[in-house]
Amino acid sequence: MTEPPAAAPAAPDRDTLDALAAHWAEEVEGTSYVPMAADELQEHLLELAGLVVEAVRAEPPRPEVGAEVGRRLVAAHFTGPSTLERTVVLLADRLPALYGPEVIPAVHALTGALAAGYAATLRDRTLDEQEAIRRAVLVARQHTEQALHASEARFRAMFHEAAIGIGLGDMEGRILEVNPAMTRMFGHTADEFSALTVGELAHPDDAPAVWRLYERLLRGELDNFRVEKRFFRRDGEVIVGHLTLSLVRDEEGRPSYQLAMLEDVSERHRLQQHLTYQAYHDPLTTLANRARFTERLEKVFADAGPHSTRRVGVCYLDLDGFKTINDSLGHHVGDLMLQEVARRLGACAGEGELVARTGGDEFVVLVEDSQGVDRLVGLADRVLAALAPPLRLAGQELAVGASIGVVEQAVTDTTASELMRAADITLYTAKAEGRGRWAVHDPSRDEAETARFTLSAALPMAVAHDEFFVLYQPLVSLSDHRVRGVEALVRWQHPRLGVLSPALFIGPAEETGVIVPLGRSVLETACRDARDWHAEFGSAAPFVSVNVAPRQLHEPGLVAEVAALLDRTGLPPDRLQVELTERALTTDEGAPLKALDGLRAMGVRIAVDDFGTGYSNLSYLRKLPVDVIKLDGSFGEGLREEELYDEVDERIVGTLVDLGHALELTVTAEGVETAAQAARLRELGCDEGQGWLFAPALPAGDVATMLRRGEPLGELTAASPSRPAGLRAGSRPRRRAGPRRDGRGA
Amino acid sequence: MQRPSWAPEEIDVDRPSAARVYDYYLGGLHNFSADRDMAARAVADWPELPRIMQANRAFLRRAVRHLAAQGIDQFLDIGSGIPTVGNVHEIAQAALGEARVVYVDIDPVAVAHARALLADDPTTGVVEADFTDPSSVLDDPVTRSLIDFSRPVGVLVVALLHFVGDDRRPGEVLARYREAMAPGSHLVLSHASADGAPEHADEHRALYRRTATPMTMRSRDEVAGLVAGFTLVEPGIVYLPQWRPDDPSAPLENPERFTGHAVVGRRD
Repeated sequence: MTEPPAAAPAAPDRDTLDALAAHWAEEVEGTSYVPMAADELQEHLLELAGLVVEAVRAEPPRPEVGAEVGRRLVAAHFTGPSTLERTVVLLADRLPALYGPEVIPAVHALTGALAAGYAATLRDRTLDEQEAIRRAVLVARQHTEQALHASEARFRAMFHEAAIGIGLGDMEGRILEVNPAMTRMFGHTADEFSALTVGELAHPDDAPAVWRLYERLLRGELDNFRVEKRFFRRDGEVIVGHLTLSLVRDEEGRPSYQLAMLEDVSERHRLQQHLTYQAYHDPLTTLANRARFTERLEKVFADAGPHSTRRVGVCYLDLDGFKTINDSLGHHVGDLMLQEVARRLGACAGEGELVARTGGDEFVVLVEDSQGVDRLVGLADRVLAALAPPLRLAGQELAVGASIGVVEQAVTDTTASELMRAADITLYTAKAEGRGRWAVHDPSRDEAETARFTLSAALPMAVAHDEFFVLYQPLVSLSDHRVRGVEALVRWQHPRLGVLSPALFIGPAEETGVIVPLGRSVLETACRDARDWHAEFGSAAPFVSVNVAPRQLHEPGLVAEVAALLDRTGLPPDRLQVELTERALTTDEGAPLKALDGLRAMGVRIAVDDFGTGYSNLSYLRKLPVDVIKLDGSFGEGLREEELYDEVDERIVGTLVDLGHALELTVTAEGVETAAQAARLRELGCDEGQGWLFAPALPAGDVATMLRRGEPLGELTAASPSRPAGLRAGSRPRRRAGPRRDGRGA
Repeated sequence: MQRPSWAPEEIDVDRPSAARVYDYYLGGLHNFSADRDMAARAVADWPELPRIMQANRAFLRRAVRHLAAQGIDQFLDIGSGIPTVGNVHEIAQAALGEARVVYVDIDPVAVAHARALLADDPTTGVVEADFTDPSSVLDDPVTRSLIDFSRPVGVLVVALLHFVGDDRRPGEVLARYREAMAPGSHLVLSHASADGAPEHADEHRALYRRTATPMTMRSRDEVAGLVAGFTLVEPGIVYLPQWRPDDPSAPLENPERFTGHAVVGRRD
């Protein structure tokens, strides 16, 4: 045998080991993930190879080293089972090849020990890691549970502490859980709630739609809905709740619970109602206010379709003389009066009639579905009757009157604003016709009234632009039809509408105060023209009669103004006559009378216009500083026709003439249109006449021409001696309502 | 009732977890039968998978060593999974002696395990947070206590973004991290891709649909889009084993079979 000496085995030579390690690395590469670079791996295996070679070649061999090698393989994370397989095969193959068959028993023993060491270590590692990961799972679960508990606790606190009521019910409507806010809201305990169903929380006022929504939610067609509805508390009190009901579904999407969130909005609701009430009611009278009225009226129109047969009406009412009461007796009494009027109006209104206060002393009654003007007229009569008894206020009895504009129309014929405009105009008409009465809207009159309204706005500018001129209508002596005087009549040369009669603008001018400058201008013109006639005709010149409005009489400077004017123009005072309406004279205020006294002291004559149309207080007439009364044309109407005359009119005129004469007044008849009328008036003793029979209103130049001719005016006849008593007028002509500032012959 | 969003998710070990499946691929034993079943089915279909996972882990090792060589000694490993073998702190500490590492994962079990494992190491920390919520990661007190964002940091998103669908805008999220990174910082990214093995992709995606983290494979171009804004370190975007191999001379057969993209980018 030429074998190497079997003394102590030589240290394994390095190259052989390197090769073995490289081979080993190649075999196990990829069988497990080992966090090493290739060279590091080889280094690691080289160390193990050294151990293995040393162990199998030792005397005696030390196969137990295999267990350590197996342990270190697992420690390096060679955990893949094929690592062991490949390692065992490699060692069993390569070691005998390198070191001779005599190492085979040692190799067997060593690889066996290696497998056992590997398995034991891997088993330990497996158990360790499994334990570690299970512990991690436990920790994570614990953590999760804690988080869940924490969040549950949070949510329970939220549920408990929420100011909003929260309740959970099942799909049968049984109430499963409620929070304290809910129990407080209802006054039920949680136990009492659990005996209730959702359906028992219904309120008779609930809209059917609410419960339809609920049904849909239960069927799963809706996921939630919100509604504001009433609920009964345990004690029967009603609360208003803002309810949000939500459907809770299970994992498969099936409806499983209903969740209610309820906020008690009773307070807010009350406040809202209060605010709404305030917004729509007049605090003084508690009647509806303008906003409420307008809304209701507009709703009538909005609800009516294009083919609606619906009719609507309003009584638009304004107290007569309210301002005077307010000014003289104080706002307190004024307020009491408004309250009492409101109460009486409220008592007049029936079903479908809304009474509103729309302004200071303006009220309106809206009649929805009026079905004809009769109902409105009936209502207007009732209202006037209700206001007729004097009001006992602050210890005194006060009379209150009202004027009412009545409009009743088909909804399709008008609009809300047109209706109100018509009501406004009609009210104005009613007032103009003499207060304390109603007037029914007349569409044909509407146009004129509209013009009047627009004119009113244009008046101040018209005065500034001097758009007015003056005509004169002669006043003749009835005995010889010769001109004694002329009445100055103002006209408006409107730039677009042409010449306008005073009937259209005097009223508005008085209301707006424009009458003062306008009257002053007319007075001045009239005085100049009269001065010119006086200069030409001397004592034959006519006096000029100028209308003075009540408003002018209140101007403190009137007397001085007239004096200055007469002085300036040189017109003798006795050539000037001032005409006033009866109403202006019968006020109990002192200023106008003082002014009249002043004018009269100057020598100016005073005439009462439209005598007999107003509140004729004959005893007053006696004390008044008056020279002339002018009988309203309406009294003479019954005397116009020769064959058909009115005996009553004749007697009245006769009486008035006698009265005038008894008071030493000149009596002038207005509206004289026929020769027969003139003759009758003369017979009755009337001094002067004015009217179409004699002359229309003429420009100043025409008056001069007429004076130069010096002829009597109009046919001068004797009155018919035969007056067949049986042929009396079938009907007395209706008295015309409305202001008649001049009108005659204009 | 469905679990409301405020309630924590239950821990269900019967459901495979991406983190534990990955651990299994790497020879780890921190996994349950559901994880192993899934891995077994995946491997039956795609036998190279364990090698791909190993290649991915090896890329992580090489990339961390590269960063350490650049002087980076603090790391944020997002989607770190089960700390098993070859963890970032081990690699970095082996290279530098000292390094601070924060592990971030969304899997509560992975996090619990990591905490247990690293409890005694004050240079490491574990944060349970969602990558797509950068502030929850960056502003976590643990992160703040270990990482100084005024200095270069290594941010690792290794084998993570294929679990983030496009609807969660991973590119925009990465940009948020980039903004937090000081110049000189590096991003390490690997991403599953079907580019090299399209025949396996669908099956694989189907398997991951059973996990809490379904998969979105992305192409090379899409990965390039994700790392836009970083300066790519040589060799750019490559298959896993091709990124700076330990032995550049060693022959590499069919690198495309290791179907995953690897890239390291620097924040300039």
